[in-house]
Amino acid sequence: MSPAAARARRLAGQAGYGAIRLFFVIILAFPFYWMLITAFKTNKDLYNTANNPYLFNSPPTLEHIIVLFRDTLFVQWLANTAFVGLLVVAITLVLAVPAGYALARMTGPWAQTLGVAIFLTYLVPPTILFIPFSRIIALLGVQDTLWSLVLVYPSFTVPFCTWLLMGFFKTIPRDLEDAAMIDGLSRLGAFLKVVMPISLAGILTAVIFTFTLVTQEFVYGVTFITSSSSYTVSVGVPTFLVRGDVYFWGSMMAACLIASVPIALIYNLFVDRFVAGFTVGAVK
Amino acid sequence: MIAAPAADKGRARWSFVDNERRLWPTMLAPAIIYIALLVGVPFVLSLFYSVSNATVGSRGIQFVGLENFRRIVESGTFWLSLKNTVMITVVSQFLVIVCANILALALTGEFRGKWLVRFLILLPWVAPISLGSIGWLWIFDSIYSVINWTARAVGLIGPHEWPIWLGEPTLAKTSIIIVNVWRIVPLATVIILAGLSSIPQDIHDAAQVDGAGFWRRYFEITGPLIMPITLVALLFGIIFTFTDMIVVFVLTRGGPYDTTQVIASWAYFTGIQGGDLAGGAAISLFLFPVLAIVAVVFLLFAKRAEVT
Repeated sequence: MSPAAARARRLAGQAGYGAIRLFFVIILAFPFYWMLITAFKTNKDLYNTANNPYLFNSPPTLEHIIVLFRDTLFVQWLANTAFVGLLVVAITLVLAVPAGYALARMTGPWAQTLGVAIFLTYLVPPTILFIPFSRIIALLGVQDTLWSLVLVYPSFTVPFCTWLLMGFFKTIPRDLEDAAMIDGLSRLGAFLKVVMPISLAGILTAVIFTFTLVTQEFVYGVTFITSSSSYTVSVGVPTFLVRGDVYFWGSMMAACLIASVPIALIYNLFVDRFVAGFTVGAVK
Repeated sequence: MIAAPAADKGRARWSFVDNERRLWPTMLAPAIIYIALLVGVPFVLSLFYSVSNATVGSRGIQFVGLENFRRIVESGTFWLSLKNTVMITVVSQFLVIVCANILALALTGEFRGKWLVRFLILLPWVAPISLGSIGWLWIFDSIYSVINWTARAVGLIGPHEWPIWLGEPTLAKTSIIIVNVWRIVPLATVIILAGLSSIPQDIHDAAQVDGAGFWRRYFEITGPLIMPITLVALLFGIIFTFTDMIVVFVLTRGGPYDTTQVIASWAYFTGIQGGDLAGGAAISLFLFPVLAIVAVVFLLFAKRAEVT
């Protein structure tokens, strides 16, 4: 093959990849673009089938966003999500940080298997457990309160974060702790004084993913909570704003976008670590 | 044992934190107990409910044997739900693996705007699926569907055709598959991408020097090397799709006439909305075999990763 032909071929290949990327970006991001454009359209514009839906046929409006913040419980739902998120983060860290460290440093044939077993409990779906849970929640007297979610959400955030932190602690060289222990610290002291301070990045990752998992959760929320003032955002928007025959499409799309994009931005910064957790040692 | 000198007693109390055989279990125990209580207890309870006559209001619960399962298996909705669950999972995960492999390949290497492209591609996976599904609900709207508008504008459908996406069984199931594919493709793509970037560049270079073309390189080198990681992506996709009720809940609520019901959503409508805890628990247990198979495959993987 002549150099010119090889070059042409490579350029064609790159253009092909570019086209594939463009195609998938359009398909995957389209619903979010659609939320964005819907959120700013006037009702007169939205509900006229003669209009080109891709364009603003009348000037953009902030009305849907004003309605969302003024006339719905959206702000309350955001606050509820933050409240549940913070408490679940606290519980998760208290349980998962020591467990992840122990799994990372344990030797023996079944340490890895135990780690995988814990991770697998993350995969036990809410749709298997939500029915008995609804009864347990009622017996504990926390039905229809945010405390039910605070109690139950760690059942999937703890396994996930234990696994994530185990992977993180494994990347910290043992020599650091060994040196500290020779200097007279106990194993626990070495963990607290040497390992923890340099593990903030890993712990921050666990915080982000716990928060994301809490925000995404829907099944337990819709099962345990019945009053609209106690919904989290992922439950409130699809159940409360759709009730009856009236769909507030503009406000709903604004709500979806406002709740999704900030998480996506933060998540994107940490996605490599998330993938590392998901690939279960299949990538070396 | 001879009593230890008093001076050692104080040390002994703290020395357990140095004894790793006690320290590790102590650090693990809180997490394992929490998980066992919050996953194990409801699971056992769900087994127990499935052979009882528990309802939301009932106080006394009686053992009824396999009555609930008999009732479920005799119901037409069960077979429909099972068929839908399997069909939606198989079709959507097939499409996911094909799309994700193509997309992951196109994302390797450097290109301009990589960060933005990755952000946009990941959006469907990161955004809460209940909210993403609401977006699709609007896209599939019976009157204002942008798909129909576009299809008519480019002449794909005639002036008197107007598909009601969520109102007709086949189209509704297609819609559910579309949303599931849309949601899982980003996850599968980033997992496969991790596999692709772990292949040493020398292998590609060597193959190129030997004159292997793109397709040969792909099917004889890249493909086999990312096989295990593709399987991992597939397993996650299967779990998330097979056990999901959110997409169906938001888009169709199982309708029209239960034709798009899946196991998980039917368990919800029976157990929670219908108040038949026993029936709902029994239905959701049908999700368990798939979960167990996936778990076993993962454990085998972990074993293998440990050996190599």
